[in-house]
Amino acid sequence: MKNKKIIKSVASSLLFPLISIIVAMFVAVIFVMWAKHISFFKGVQVMFKAIWNGSFGRKDSFIETLVYVIPLLFTGLANAVAFKTGLFNIGVEGEFMISITVGAIVGIIPGIPPVIHVILVLIAGTLAGVLWAGIVGYLKAKVGSNEVVNSIMMNYIALYFSNYLIMGPFNKKGLAQTADIQPSAMLWRFLGDDYRVNIGLYIGLLMVVLIYIFFWKTTWGYEIRAVGINQYAAEYGGINIKKNIILAMAISGGIAGLGGAVYVSGIQHHAIQMVSFTGYGFDGIAVALLAKNNPIGIIFSALLFGALNTSSISLQMANIPKQIVFLIQAIILIFVAADYVYKWIAEKRKKGALLNE
Amino acid sequence: MNNTGLPIIVALLASTLRLATPLIFAALGGLFSEKSGVVNIGLEGMLTIGAFFAVYGSFKTNNPWIGIIFAVISGAAIAAVHAFLSIHLKADQTISGVAINIFAAAITSYLLMVLFNRQGQTDGVTPLYYPKEAMQSIPVIGKFLGELNWYVFIAIALVIVTNYIFYKTPLGLRIRAVGEHPKAADTLGIGVYGIRYLCVILSGALAGLGGASLSLSNTNLFREGMVSGKGFIAIAAMIFGNYKPFGALWACLIFALADAFQIVAQGLGWPFPTEFYSAIPFIITMIVLSGFVGKTVPPAADGIPYEKGEK
Repeated sequence: MKNKKIIKSVASSLLFPLISIIVAMFVAVIFVMWAKHISFFKGVQVMFKAIWNGSFGRKDSFIETLVYVIPLLFTGLANAVAFKTGLFNIGVEGEFMISITVGAIVGIIPGIPPVIHVILVLIAGTLAGVLWAGIVGYLKAKVGSNEVVNSIMMNYIALYFSNYLIMGPFNKKGLAQTADIQPSAMLWRFLGDDYRVNIGLYIGLLMVVLIYIFFWKTTWGYEIRAVGINQYAAEYGGINIKKNIILAMAISGGIAGLGGAVYVSGIQHHAIQMVSFTGYGFDGIAVALLAKNNPIGIIFSALLFGALNTSSISLQMANIPKQIVFLIQAIILIFVAADYVYKWIAEKRKKGALLNE
Repeated sequence: MNNTGLPIIVALLASTLRLATPLIFAALGGLFSEKSGVVNIGLEGMLTIGAFFAVYGSFKTNNPWIGIIFAVISGAAIAAVHAFLSIHLKADQTISGVAINIFAAAITSYLLMVLFNRQGQTDGVTPLYYPKEAMQSIPVIGKFLGELNWYVFIAIALVIVTNYIFYKTPLGLRIRAVGEHPKAADTLGIGVYGIRYLCVILSGALAGLGGASLSLSNTNLFREGMVSGKGFIAIAAMIFGNYKPFGALWACLIFALADAFQIVAQGLGWPFPTEFYSAIPFIITMIVLSGFVGKTVPPAADGIPYEKGEK
């Protein structure tokens, strides 16, 4: 009986996002039709073929999808932790960036034994993220200054500080980047050196599980969730709000920072001058929101966003504007935002059922 | 920056004002929305949409004023979507705003391909005429006025108008009531939904105008990524200014001053890396916000959908 209930609730919480995704895809077909002046059925055929081949259909593209998924797992999770506490950490982007830079710098140091070096890079990146978000959390808790403003500011400070380090003291002569990190600082690419996918993927999945356990099986996680649901009730229940705000921001920043370190030691192998933001942190907001801040859900929404981002290349090769995939993402989010409609329909049906009895 | 024959301080002030205008428009837009109780993270997207359609309108009609009208209408239209989602569908306003930001970036670069057949940026279009020579002939402040554009005057006028609306008119009282305590407002016969729709759509119109001031002033073209976070800076300025029109104005001016200063400072030959000047405004904001302003108080019902007849 209990299992049946769980299955039913899982099914109903998956059903709505699935419908949203399908509807969003079909709305996007209209834009394909307009751009290519083709019929609806032709548009469906061309678009779905391009997206499928560009994301899951071929071995290369599937692996590249996974490469996209890695950073999104971390940034999505980082955003979700903040949202769960009732905070909006728009600064995941900056935390991710500063950790790329710090990770690259630690990774350049020669002469450290292999396994230790990778771990040092990951720790350094995590700490950079904790520091970046911790400042914001501390200011929010102690002075009450708005975390959205401060984390936007920290994004820009991360951007300029990173660029100073990358173009200044740690610049590789003649290039807009740092030197490559030492082989000892690289995460293992388990499908060989031809593919960029690496064990960062498993670190990401492990983090998902850890955060899930942390939130639902520990007192600390319970306290953070309580603060997120109702601050005043939580305080009345003896929960220290300030401590939890700082803790949640630090965890959020730490995950984002670990993501940045994984990105540099697994995927990019050096830090490049950042003309603007990387976008992974901002995409993480969407990933978290689509998953309704559920850690397990983030695996699926990161996979979806990763697949869509990757398939933009094959769309371009099929002469379809690659922006279609971002339109799909936006439309999916609009549907997710509008989930009240779904509740409203459910409520109507419930009321109808009562009347019929 | 063209500062030949201009005293450096005049050039600095003029470019501060020019750089501040898109921020001021967007921040005022944000104020309207948030004062009525609807969080608007989508300002970034509304600026982008406005910037694009301003150029498109001017491109189609060769009349930049029509371009500006295009910008205002397009900004209002996308804001209407946000309003519908947030007010009627009781959507999570953050999700809706984030969706609008993604949508705006995607749709503008899509339309760039479909309507202009170009990638990255549009062609240059008819600029907005500003009587530079006539302004320069005004005694004393002529040189300064000559460096400005129409948007600067419109933006500052709108700050005054917004302040007047909020604190001196019945409409402003209603907006604040709806944002602070919608149920009380509803009891007194104020249409909560109507006021919120008005404010959110107005916020999009203002942000659209801000977009026009970005694309249809100095550059006269739309480039992908030209908004680059100005919407978020505007949100920061609005909160930094403690949800007040003049507060937001000062905050926007601080950001713009620092932005303008870094261009000047590069010519001074001081031994700091350029990134240092770029980071200054953000560091200053954090220090001022945390050291002097402290806790900013948003409207009490900000971000909470209102349900009619709920207990």
